[in-house]
Amino acid sequence: MGMDKVEKRTDRLFSKKLDFARGAIELTHGAGGKASAQLFEELFLPAFHNPMLGAGDDQARFTGHGRMVVATDSHVVSPLFFPGGDIGALSIHGTVNDVAMAGAVPQYLTAGFILEEGFPLKDLRTIVGSMANAAAAAGVSIIAGDTKVVERGKGDGIFINTTGIGIIPDRIAEPPAAHRAAPGDKILVSGTLGDHGVTILSAREGLPLISPIESDSAALNTLVRDLLDATDGVKVLRDPTRGGLATAINELCRSSGTGAVLEETCIPIRKTVDAACELLGVDPLYLANEGKLIAIVSPEEAQTALAALKGHPLGQDAAIIGTITEDAHGFVQMETPLGGRRMVDWLTGDPLPRIC
Amino acid sequence: MKYIEEFRDPAAAKAIAAQIHAEIELGRRYHFMEFCGGHTHALCRFGLEDLLPDNIRMIHGPGCPVCVLPVGRLDMAIDLAQSRPDIILATYGDMMRVPGSEGRTLLSAKAAGGDVRMVYSTLQAVELAKANPEREVVFFAIGFETTTPATAAAIKAASDAGLSNFSVFCNHVLTPSAIDAIMTTGTGETGARLDGFVGPGNVSTIIGAEAYEDAAAKWTKPIVISGFEPNDLLQSILLLVRQVNDGKAFVENAFARAVRLGGNEAAKALCENVFTVRDSFEWRGLGSIPASALQVAEDFACFDAERKFKMAYVSRPDHKACDCASILRGEKRPSDCKVFAAGCTPEHPLGSCMVSPEGACAAHYLYGRFRDAAPADLVAAE
Repeated sequence: MGMDKVEKRTDRLFSKKLDFARGAIELTHGAGGKASAQLFEELFLPAFHNPMLGAGDDQARFTGHGRMVVATDSHVVSPLFFPGGDIGALSIHGTVNDVAMAGAVPQYLTAGFILEEGFPLKDLRTIVGSMANAAAAAGVSIIAGDTKVVERGKGDGIFINTTGIGIIPDRIAEPPAAHRAAPGDKILVSGTLGDHGVTILSAREGLPLISPIESDSAALNTLVRDLLDATDGVKVLRDPTRGGLATAINELCRSSGTGAVLEETCIPIRKTVDAACELLGVDPLYLANEGKLIAIVSPEEAQTALAALKGHPLGQDAAIIGTITEDAHGFVQMETPLGGRRMVDWLTGDPLPRIC
Repeated sequence: MKYIEEFRDPAAAKAIAAQIHAEIELGRRYHFMEFCGGHTHALCRFGLEDLLPDNIRMIHGPGCPVCVLPVGRLDMAIDLAQSRPDIILATYGDMMRVPGSEGRTLLSAKAAGGDVRMVYSTLQAVELAKANPEREVVFFAIGFETTTPATAAAIKAASDAGLSNFSVFCNHVLTPSAIDAIMTTGTGETGARLDGFVGPGNVSTIIGAEAYEDAAAKWTKPIVISGFEPNDLLQSILLLVRQVNDGKAFVENAFARAVRLGGNEAAKALCENVFTVRDSFEWRGLGSIPASALQVAEDFACFDAERKFKMAYVSRPDHKACDCASILRGEKRPSDCKVFAAGCTPEHPLGSCMVSPEGACAAHYLYGRFRDAAPADLVAAE
């Protein structure tokens, strides 16, 4: 850049544009001064563009009505980029899904970034781009945000927190909630289990898999909409993320004072996932999913619900996998393919840290 | 994966189970001990006991390496890690949470400032020693014959590399002598009641099927060496039933796809080179058993942590409320212990059997404890 050019543009706030090809995050990007403003104007605002974010205030204002839902989720996944997604898309899907599981239509998100000094701007732009795409696809707007930078070595590249707000449509008389599960209700899952967990584990262990497995990271709000439009027999919705199906079923049995019996042969698991689990010594029932839901449905509506799930692109492998039972101990049991029975207990310890 | 599916095929499992039902003699009771923790785990995880007739009872054996290590040996490792800041103590992950005296663990020693590192292989510990020449690296070695060759290989590698800051705290134990101990120790009840053993799978890949021939002859008990898949186990139980019915007691190898009669000669030779048999070694639950464990041989004495750091063994009692000893002897079941699932859970284990998923208590807690609460008609008749 020649001297004359600089002189002509002395009135510009930022003397030069962010260098997305070679640049990196510096401590000043989180200091709240000019560098923070530049990051916002040249990266976040164009990516997430919407009038509420662009208004330039420190907060977003909107008029709420009806039954509102709020959920928050922090994302620390390692590695940041993995087959089928990245931390950006995951941070949108995770919170959109948490809001949707209440039967609500997700509307707004906030995003908080904790960046490590030295994090490449190129990677940040890719991640922010995935967030923008995922949010647009899910029909939600990112209306507020925050960025902090920590010294090199004090973070791991990037952590993202998102908070989501949604509204339960008036037509839903009794929204799904964990305490509503009752003995006799059927347990449905919307598709294959363990895909995300195995993808992350294999990426971390450098496991070369013959058939590639991808994360199932996806927004489930339209799947929930189709399901709730088809039947009012849905009692509980839950996305089995950390701790997997096993932990999610145990949680909701505890909340509703029930037990459950699962049929192992009915639980959809990809052969490749099963094989990888065998190799890694993990149980797919405890692995995280990022694009699957569990629905507890009254027995007479179970087939309708199954058909509704199967009618959606994200629910093609849906299945009825078990029944809620009366059990004072809240035990979750499973019929094994061999005809035996065993418990499916809570996840204990944390053998798989930083999965989402 | 196809390879494993074959050994988990439900139709085949049901066919073997039907054969067992057809061949048992009514009015007779069959008590079989599965020696290995891996077998205990598979029995519980696949709910195999539901497929067996009521008059076959499986008794969980002591074959979980984490479980049989006595409190006193754990205390030695914990004390070493806590008292010597110059030492890096490296061990397998399972050992971190096993309670020693007064509820202390290697994890608590680490929190108190001890440098305890989890490794996945013995050679990783050797690498640690290379990378930290100013520190002493001690590998806390445990396990049956399956893991012994890996420890021997590490000592060899350290010796070849001329490392002077690597040593092994050796706690490797021997399977055949444990079978003898089961037959004689405690109240002797278990030994008297047992009709046969499901023999170790992985251990036998090293020591070979013939290693049990003395025990089978001496105690006139059939021993069938089994793989770890459900159909392996069912097949082995069927073979045990047949031997019992015929009044036979010999070693049968139902895990021929992995186990040879003589085992792995190269691994055995390596171990014989690096280790010698201890006169006696204390096992949790089984007491002191003669010639039941290994120590580092004289030729490799400089790699023996016990000699290098003058570690002395003091026998220490188990947690007062804990029934691990009787459970390891097969005299009691996990649910007979008064702290099972109450004070003792996988998150807060009081005894060693609750730590590793191969421990009898942990396996029963994770997969089988619903049976304890089930109505009487669902509990297999004793």
